[in-house]
Amino acid sequence: MATDIIIHDKKDNVGVVVIEKITPKQECACWIMEDDSSTNIQSVDEIPLGHKIAMVDLKEGDTILKYGHDIGKVVKSIKKGEHVHVHNVKTKKW
Amino acid sequence: MEIPKSFLGYKRENGRAGTRNHVIILPVDDISNACAEAVANNIKGTIALPHSYGRLQFGADLDLHFRTMIGTGCNPNVAAVIVIGIEPKWTKKIVDGIAKTGKPVEGFHIERTGDIGTTMKASKKAQEFVMWASEKQREECPLSDLWISVKCGESDTTSGLAANPTVGNLMDKLEPLGVHLCFGETSELTGAERVCATRGATKEASEKFMKTWSSYNDFILKEATDDLSESQPTAGNIAGGLTTIEEKAFGNFQKIGNCKFIDVLEPAEEPTKGKGLYFMDTSSAAAECVTLQAAAGFNIHLFPTGQGNIVGNPIEPVVKLTANPLTVKGMGEHIDCDVSKILSREMNLNEAGDELIKTTLKVANGRLTCAEALGHKEFVMTKLYRSA
Repeated sequence: MATDIIIHDKKDNVGVVVIEKITPKQECACWIMEDDSSTNIQSVDEIPLGHKIAMVDLKEGDTILKYGHDIGKVVKSIKKGEHVHVHNVKTKKW
Repeated sequence: MEIPKSFLGYKRENGRAGTRNHVIILPVDDISNACAEAVANNIKGTIALPHSYGRLQFGADLDLHFRTMIGTGCNPNVAAVIVIGIEPKWTKKIVDGIAKTGKPVEGFHIERTGDIGTTMKASKKAQEFVMWASEKQREECPLSDLWISVKCGESDTTSGLAANPTVGNLMDKLEPLGVHLCFGETSELTGAERVCATRGATKEASEKFMKTWSSYNDFILKEATDDLSESQPTAGNIAGGLTTIEEKAFGNFQKIGNCKFIDVLEPAEEPTKGKGLYFMDTSSAAAECVTLQAAAGFNIHLFPTGQGNIVGNPIEPVVKLTANPLTVKGMGEHIDCDVSKILSREMNLNEAGDELIKTTLKVANGRLTCAEALGHKEFVMTKLYRSA
């Protein structure tokens, strides 16, 4: 089956779009690399190749997990299926 | 795939092997660039390596300048060297450093002779060297003669998903065969530094890594006016979907596979603990990093990119790979190895690693890289602080 989104690790709360783009309300097939399992998600936003989608609802102050590791904090609440990027997530460094 | 046990390289006087057979014209300082370029223009088959520094440097910054100059001349991809500087003393210091390899090297200084006289004398010697070097033939060399450096650039999320893990897969397969490996990019491990430290082969290596990273981070905190968010991640990284330095760092870190590093090197420092993986303290700017790795003796470079970095190096061939299908489509002339089928799951990591090994060996045997064919020869000295 074609994969629209790849998730590195089971613990991750974001996935990466691997097709040219996903459109709002698209039913997306997700592949979790770590254990070769599958899941689905319906998108809210249009999200281009390489950009991240929230796999769960996230509130301000939550930690984004990718590769199973902390990659930054949520600065503006994010709904499941929304685009996750510099507008709602910031580094915890610097 | 059965990995070939050898490649065709140029055997050097000191026992190393080169994947290239360059005769270089090396200026000691910025003001000797014109003369070096005149010689390279006169004598076909030689290349000048112009750069911006070499005057009034001091302390650790001057040491790094000499280490980079001497190391570049010593690299086994270089058959012979003409060194040209304004003054005799620093010129001789570099000539003497390179001469220890046993390869032909001769220095010329411009003071009291001028550009035209120096160009004439140096051109005569360069002609002799290049005609001598042109007789060298490739011979069968063990795979362990490959010293492979890696650095990624214009990364995006496809780098962390596929291109960097492909390099990691190659490392996992080639490390047991006795090759030397090197990764760097101190700044771009920020966020993953503690996880990276656990990959030291010894407690000493881990501690040395944390010390190097902390010293870099202290420098950033001291010099930064706000934070690094204007440069890390870069605009290209952000366009590709990378949001934070931590995300970039964990993607970057995929390049070393499951290998452990045995030592931490100063910039441009030659590894001395034998085969295996080394970490080098480098900037994450592509040309600076590759220049330092080449100066440490690495003879072939693997460069995974997401959005499409186009860097090359004058003496160390730079092999590019990407997993981003849009990069392959839009700028395929820069990509030596396309692993974008990983994203559509038509190729797995093991197959991608094999493809990269095949490409690497073709280039080691003499196939031009995209960057070589397109004329990329970025030679960029790292400067630690301002000159006197």
